[in-house]
Amino acid sequence: MKEFTKYPIDGKYGKYGGRFMPETLMSAVLDLEKAYLKLKNDQVFKKELDYYLSEYAGRPTSLYFAKNLSKKVGGAKIYLKREDLLHGGAHKINNTLGQALMAKKMRKNRVIAETGAGQHGVATAMACAVLGLKAEIYMGKEDIERQKLNVFRMNLLGAEVHPVGSGSKTLKDAINEALRDWVANVKTTYYLIGSVVGPHPYPMIVRDFQSVIGKEIKSQIMEKENRLPDALIACVGGGSNAMGTFYPFLDDHNVKLYGVEAGGHGIESGAHAASLCAGDEGILHGMLTYLLQDEHGQISTTHSISAGLDYPGVGPEHSFLKTMDRAKYVSMTDDKAVKAFIELSKTEGIIPALEPSHSLAYAIELAENMKKDDLIVVTLSGRGDKDVQVVADYLK
Amino acid sequence: MSMKETFERLKDRGEGALISYIMGGDPRPDLTPKIAEALIEGGVDILELGIPFSDPIADGPTIQAANLRALKSGTTPVRVLEIANQIKGYHNIPVVILTYYNIIFRIGLENFFDKAKKSKVDGIIVPDLPVEEAQDYKFIANKHGIDTIFLASPSTSIVRLKKIIEYTSGFLYIVSLFGVTGARKTLKRSTIRLIEKIIPYIKGKTPLAVGFGISQPYQVRSIIEAGADGAIVGSAFVEIIQKNEYDEDNMLNSIRNYANELKKATILEGE
Repeated sequence: MKEFTKYPIDGKYGKYGGRFMPETLMSAVLDLEKAYLKLKNDQVFKKELDYYLSEYAGRPTSLYFAKNLSKKVGGAKIYLKREDLLHGGAHKINNTLGQALMAKKMRKNRVIAETGAGQHGVATAMACAVLGLKAEIYMGKEDIERQKLNVFRMNLLGAEVHPVGSGSKTLKDAINEALRDWVANVKTTYYLIGSVVGPHPYPMIVRDFQSVIGKEIKSQIMEKENRLPDALIACVGGGSNAMGTFYPFLDDHNVKLYGVEAGGHGIESGAHAASLCAGDEGILHGMLTYLLQDEHGQISTTHSISAGLDYPGVGPEHSFLKTMDRAKYVSMTDDKAVKAFIELSKTEGIIPALEPSHSLAYAIELAENMKKDDLIVVTLSGRGDKDVQVVADYLK
Repeated sequence: MSMKETFERLKDRGEGALISYIMGGDPRPDLTPKIAEALIEGGVDILELGIPFSDPIADGPTIQAANLRALKSGTTPVRVLEIANQIKGYHNIPVVILTYYNIIFRIGLENFFDKAKKSKVDGIIVPDLPVEEAQDYKFIANKHGIDTIFLASPSTSIVRLKKIIEYTSGFLYIVSLFGVTGARKTLKRSTIRLIEKIIPYIKGKTPLAVGFGISQPYQVRSIIEAGADGAIVGSAFVEIIQKNEYDEDNMLNSIRNYANELKKATILEGE
């Protein structure tokens, strides 16, 4: 029975999601849904996307048994879904190729996107370069300062980067500014959102494009272990790699799902980005979801060592899975994430991005208390080259 | 005076409504009633009062900055409602609250409308609440007898427009252009065409007012001549407030004078 996979219904996951958008963007959002529903079942589109995913981006990615780490932890078997091996070094390309192809089919030659750390901006710039589209990326001034290398990469790939100086000058403000651009240029411009956030149909579209992660995990683990895993673990900022990991398993009720949020300096410190663990319901960027906000509804500034998780909201489907008790959401601190970052580097020779280092930290805690033949899959959503400087500074 | 009476009385006199927008608490909560008074003395017919929000996606740089100034001065949603109540105590004109939906959602729909009613607020505008999401909101607003002003834009289809007209009360807010709020020097021909396109669907039902980018007397005149019942000016006033943040007298005089200039433009000659 399709219990959880049937959502969204009318743009909503239970009560979460929706389309809380200015009127000027409503027709664009409605058109986008129509176009997507048509393309979703279009064999030519599917074939083209599959071509780029395999030949250009490097799919399928391997499901690697982390033997050394599993042995050291001494509990369940830990498998890593190696999204870090993708072109660009992160899962982001699964979504940007899909949406950039959509933009092309919809005859919108100008693509705008927001980026926090720069990973989605780089993935957008790559997809647009290869498909012959013009890319303009909004990025907070603060993030530009922190991620100069990614700005250079985007420029190299032919994208224009617009610095955002409003608000907290980070990801949330980059989204605000991209939305303002879209309001003004909606006729010619495709807004390529980078996570399972925003107004319907974006959370659905991004989830569907990222679901390739979970689908591959399913067939790969069946091949290796001849059974489904006991637990899936993925990090959650906006939540796209987690949604892509979870979605194909939502109706497999014996598979436990864990989303790991950025605990920053610890929930009690107030300096974190754990919207599901510590937030309340609210409306931001077109969706009803869990948010970090003050008592009056003003959106909070967040903190995480990992720029990719540094967002005060979360995809609405995660809010739904939380309240339905289908997935469990936990948080890991900066400290624990850095420890896991080092642990995987040393035991397996894999430098993970700081984002999935949060998932690894939780996987290590969870695996310890599981049986030897239990199976855990952690989605390693990106590689850590971009983070070595941050970690070096942190350890000083 | 109710919103309906205001529009009717102006219509009888051959005038359009001058609707002004300012941010509650910008630059300080204690100044807002004085600014409102200057606007009203200058001839403003309906006052829109903003509740600041940290992430105003429909606003350009001018009103974004006003949001920040108001938040910095410690302005809470309840404080803005108190200010509205204070203004209503002195002046017999409609006061409309404009804010983003999270502010209302956070207080709770029932609670927000209870408080708004007690503050004698006449109507609410929520730029990020489309009709699709507005069922409960509309129901509760109706119960409290508070107008719900919805927006229509250049990209609104006729099908949607009909639904929006069903939902809107007090007036229909026409977004003049593709873009965010902020003063523009010119008036696009497309704005006039938009007004002319919408009028047949709404005539005799609800007044229509045009905002976004309107800052000059000639723009106001063109809009009213095209058949709109009101013109909404926001960023132009907010700019005056910003420029004179530390010079209260100059701020209030400039506001009063500019409102007066704009008001004159709503009075059609030869009627």
